[in-house]
Parts: sequence; C-alpha cells; structure tokens
Amino acid sequence: MPVQYYIFLSIALFCIGVMGVLMRRNAIIIFMCIELMLNAVNLLMVSFSKMWADAGRVDAGSAQLFVFFIMVVAAAEVAVGLAIITMVYRNTHSVDINILNRLKN
Amino acid sequence: MVLSVIALISALGVVLSKNPVTSVLCLIVTFFTIAGHYIMMNAQFLAVVHIIVYAGAIMVLFLYVLMLMNLNAELEPQKRNWLKYAGAISGGALLVVLVAALRDASMPALSTQPTEVGLIKNLGQILFKQYVLPFEVSSILFLSAMVGAVVIGKKD
Repeated sequence: MPVQYYIFLSIALFCIGVMGVLMRRNAIIIFMCIELMLNAVNLLMVSFSKMWADAGRVDAGSAQLFVFFIMVVAAAEVAVGLAIITMVYRNTHSVDINILNRLKN
Repeated sequence: MVLSVIALISALGVVLSKNPVTSVLCLIVTFFTIAGHYIMMNAQFLAVVHIIVYAGAIMVLFLYVLMLMNLNAELEPQKRNWLKYAGAISGGALLVVLVAALRDASMPALSTQPTEVGLIKNLGQILFKQYVLPFEVSSILFLSAMVGAVVIGKKD
C-alpha cells in the first residue's frame, strides 16, 4: 500500500477540518474540527514513521513519540478551551462565535 | 480502504450534521477508524493511547459540556449563507492544491511485514532515554492546564 494513499487520506481529513472551522459557527464544533485536523497530522506522521521503519532506520520511533506529545498537548488544550467555552456560555448564554467579536462586555 | 471510507464519511458527518451530539458521535467513529489505521501500521501503543485519550477522555469531556449546556435543540442561526459556501470552496481549494502538489511525488510502498517500532517496549526506551526532558515539560504543561481550567471555570 503506497504512502501516498495515507497522504491523501490525511489531506482529505485536514481539509474537512478546515472546512468545518470556516463553515460552522458553534464554538464546540469548531473545537472538534481542530481535533480532526490534529488527528490528520498524527495519521500522516505515523505513516511516515512506518515508511522510515521499512527503510531500516533505527529512530523511526521518534515520530510516534511526537504523535504522543501532540496528543498530550491536544488534551491540555481541550481542557482549557472547554473551560473558556463554558465561561463564555455562562456569560452570554450562547456558543455562537459571532458574539465573541468583541471581547469586552 | 473500508476504514478510510468510513473515516471520511464520518468526518463529513462532523461538519455537516445539525445536531452537535451527532457531530460528537461521528467524531468518535472517525477516531476509531484512525486507531484502526494505527494498528494496521504497527503502532499498537499509539492506537491504544489514541482510543483511551480521545474516545475515552476528550470526547467524554465534549459530550459532558454539550449536555451541560443543553444545546441539542438549539439551532445555529443561518443568516449568512454565502459565508458557508465561501468556507466550503476555500477548503476544497486547499484540498485540490495539496493533492495536485503531491500527486506526482514518488513514495515507496509500505511493506506489510510487521515492525517492532510501535511496541511499547521500544517506545518506552526512546521516551525515557532520548526524550526525558520533553516528557517532564509536558507533565508540567498538563498540571498548568489543569490549574488553568479550574481557575477559568471558577465562578467569580
């Protein structure tokens, strides 16, 4: 199975995430699309790690550890982001991002 | 192949569904298919961590916040339709540009024989020998994110 197959799958997932960020106005769905984009990149990096391992390189595990760190950062980001969304909802009773164009009041 | 088709369809479901809870469930399906890809590429540790972290923790957090806000029935205001088309067109343009750029790249085929790289034994060796400092820094990051979430979410 060629690596291009995984590259195109990752590109498609990433572009769906970009589309979602641009199209939707619900802040939570925008967050989920960001997660989708992060996962597209992770998938690409794992496929390159597999390609590297097939080439006989010993340090192919580094890419997988990068994916691991990306997951860690994504988890931290989601915790803080959802807290912010909850605060916004508590103040404005909406998660529409158009309300956020002015941060004051 | 089947996994990729399911992944793409459910990813489209995330973007296009009207109900946010349906979006979350579609995203969980996408994550499981991505975990299936990880297993096919001999990244067993990553597949397990992916399922635990994403499907187990992050998606539960999303669902919890959605249920807390009770947004199930709330409709998104659909005032500006051209903005949606603009978003879809620009995303599709990005897709076309990236695919056209990478179409002619020559890449080796992935072999089907298993590799030992993704096993937790080897990854642990690399993590605790080569990447100890980033590991500790990420633990501090986690702690600060936890404290930050509590501070932000505190009722003031």
